[in-house]
Amino acid sequence: MSVLVNKNSKIVVQGFTGNEGTFHAGQMIAYGTNVVGGVTPGKGGQMHLNLPVFNTVEDAVKKAGADVSVIFVPPAFAADAIMEAADAGIKVIVCITEGIPTKDMVKVKEYLSGKEARLIGPNCPGVITPGEAKVGIMPGFIHEPGKVGIVSRSGTLTYEAVDQLTKEGLGQTTAIGIGGDPIIGTTTKEAIELFMNDPDTKGIVMIGEIGGTMEADAAYYIKEQGTKPVVGFIAGATAPKGRTMGHAGAIIGGKEDTAEAKKKIMRECGIHVVDSPADIGRKMAELLN
Amino acid sequence: MNLHEHQGKAILSQYGVAVPQGIVAESPEQAVEAAKTLQAKTGTTMWVVKAQVHAGGRGKGGGVKLAKSLADVEKLADQILGMHLVTPQTPPEGKLVRKVLIQQDVYYPGSSDIREFYMSVLLNRKTGRNMVMYSPRGGMDIEAVAAETPDQIFTEEIDPKVGMQAFQARKIAFNLGLSGTAYKNMVKFAMALYQAYEGADASLFEINPVVKTSDDNILAVDAKVVVDNNSLFRHPDIKAMRDFNEEDPIEVEASRYDLNYVKLNGNVGCMVNGAGLAMATMDMIKMSGGDPANFLDVGGAADAKRVEEAFRIILKDPNVKAILVNIFGGIVRCDRVAQGIVDAYSNIGDIKVPIIVRLQGTNAKEGKQLIDESGLKVHSAIALEDAAKLVNEVLKN
Repeated sequence: MSVLVNKNSKIVVQGFTGNEGTFHAGQMIAYGTNVVGGVTPGKGGQMHLNLPVFNTVEDAVKKAGADVSVIFVPPAFAADAIMEAADAGIKVIVCITEGIPTKDMVKVKEYLSGKEARLIGPNCPGVITPGEAKVGIMPGFIHEPGKVGIVSRSGTLTYEAVDQLTKEGLGQTTAIGIGGDPIIGTTTKEAIELFMNDPDTKGIVMIGEIGGTMEADAAYYIKEQGTKPVVGFIAGATAPKGRTMGHAGAIIGGKEDTAEAKKKIMRECGIHVVDSPADIGRKMAELLN
Repeated sequence: MNLHEHQGKAILSQYGVAVPQGIVAESPEQAVEAAKTLQAKTGTTMWVVKAQVHAGGRGKGGGVKLAKSLADVEKLADQILGMHLVTPQTPPEGKLVRKVLIQQDVYYPGSSDIREFYMSVLLNRKTGRNMVMYSPRGGMDIEAVAAETPDQIFTEEIDPKVGMQAFQARKIAFNLGLSGTAYKNMVKFAMALYQAYEGADASLFEINPVVKTSDDNILAVDAKVVVDNNSLFRHPDIKAMRDFNEEDPIEVEASRYDLNYVKLNGNVGCMVNGAGLAMATMDMIKMSGGDPANFLDVGGAADAKRVEEAFRIILKDPNVKAILVNIFGGIVRCDRVAQGIVDAYSNIGDIKVPIIVRLQGTNAKEGKQLIDESGLKVHSAIALEDAAKLVNEVLKN
């Protein structure tokens, strides 16, 4: 078992024929992901990477049975792409695009409310279920099928955790990059709920950073309803107030935004917080073995 | 992107938000001319001279002064222009004031009391919706108000489907205790303010104070405006307002090479791919006994040229005593990054500070080997904790 994506997922790539879309779709296919085609408006009917190109996501759903989409559309058009996917009935929408205006995401969030679609991202590395489906831009080879679920706001920091878990022999059920923007589709808490309900996930790694209250919200949920050990790390203990640290959402405004405040709440809620990112894998091994 | 007060007010004004009349001046002579123009326009006999720098608390630092005569305007403008204004939000050395805003004084006596309110518009990250936050206790630090009298802070959340509604603006005006003309003007003010926030793709408006004048006008007397960087592609007019003088020169240069760099005050520079890993690397430097000198995300394509530019940027900071390069190779191959480091090292020449390179992921071993065999004085590591130990050792020597 795993969450969100597996070997049966039928993936459509939005922004399929662009540079990013072409490169990463190629990598996904090489990993063994079941990519059923792509969407580039105006190029419907053509073939690309030996797969059909559709004009609309609706066509990709009707003709190829797509149920998961991954978006490599430029920032100015990405919000529209997300809404198109949701309208077409896609269940899991993974938006990789970085730099979508917040105003557009306010609209998207409203549009998605009450719909069945789950958005992952934007500004994220994507979702991978090792050995089954790689839906995003992460390096596939560092992953191993296993028993730890990962949720993270960061890309390379997720790879770091994945690599440590693989080297500890624990592997991963699914790794979810939820994204570094102020408004994202799936929160830390929601991703953790998915893992708590997945029988094959035995432990959870939760990687957060400064800005917002998502980690605290997740921590309170874990305290109330958690059934599995959770290892946590928060990046940005040394970040100055009021400066955006790369991710648009990584900024300390008020007191609750700081790494210190988040770690304190997480510890109080029973999460095994490590201060160094080098200790994530070892800590999880300690808890599971 | 941060804007100056006068730029923010120009945007507010475009959307019908009432602001005091003001003119920007770069010399005492211009300041006097501006004051005369304002006098002719508004009849004012007093002016406020306001330093235009990107920092709050300007009044506390002596950057906002009331002038009671044209001679005062000249004297105060002369005083403030060219000063290094120090406020709780500036670096300790302060910020050079290049421009002042000459503004009509709006605290004139009249038939009713003058009142000061607080109003801001910002994103509520919990709900993914914008909200108007306001308080009858204006003119003071809002965090202090929140701590002392949380019941004096009100919010109106805006439904994205329909935008701000008139009933919400009415609630705001009533909660601020207004009636009559002032009430009507506040309704108009709040509606226009939200229009401006949406229209400009702002990420923060903070109007402190909003003033009710003695003749019942409602004015944005100060304005902190921050615009969403990601939206600038559709606002060329706002993009053109960027004031490079207000930014750290090294950060400006880094942005030219698409390097995401934030200057800090420590002694260990770092170069990392990915924002989260970059923050985590900074934290590790601290745990190893150093202090991070910067945040630097080289991004996904850490090729030789970018690595070289990143080294040059980090080395411009004289406080840097060591550099930690932390790359997790995914799509990026570590051996290519290693080659980039070797090339950059020889191209720049004469690098005096020790460099620690940690390469992990795709072709990490080949990368480490390349570094180790290059004959350069570069320490290499694969595991994160080894890199941390090396930082500690290097700092001890």
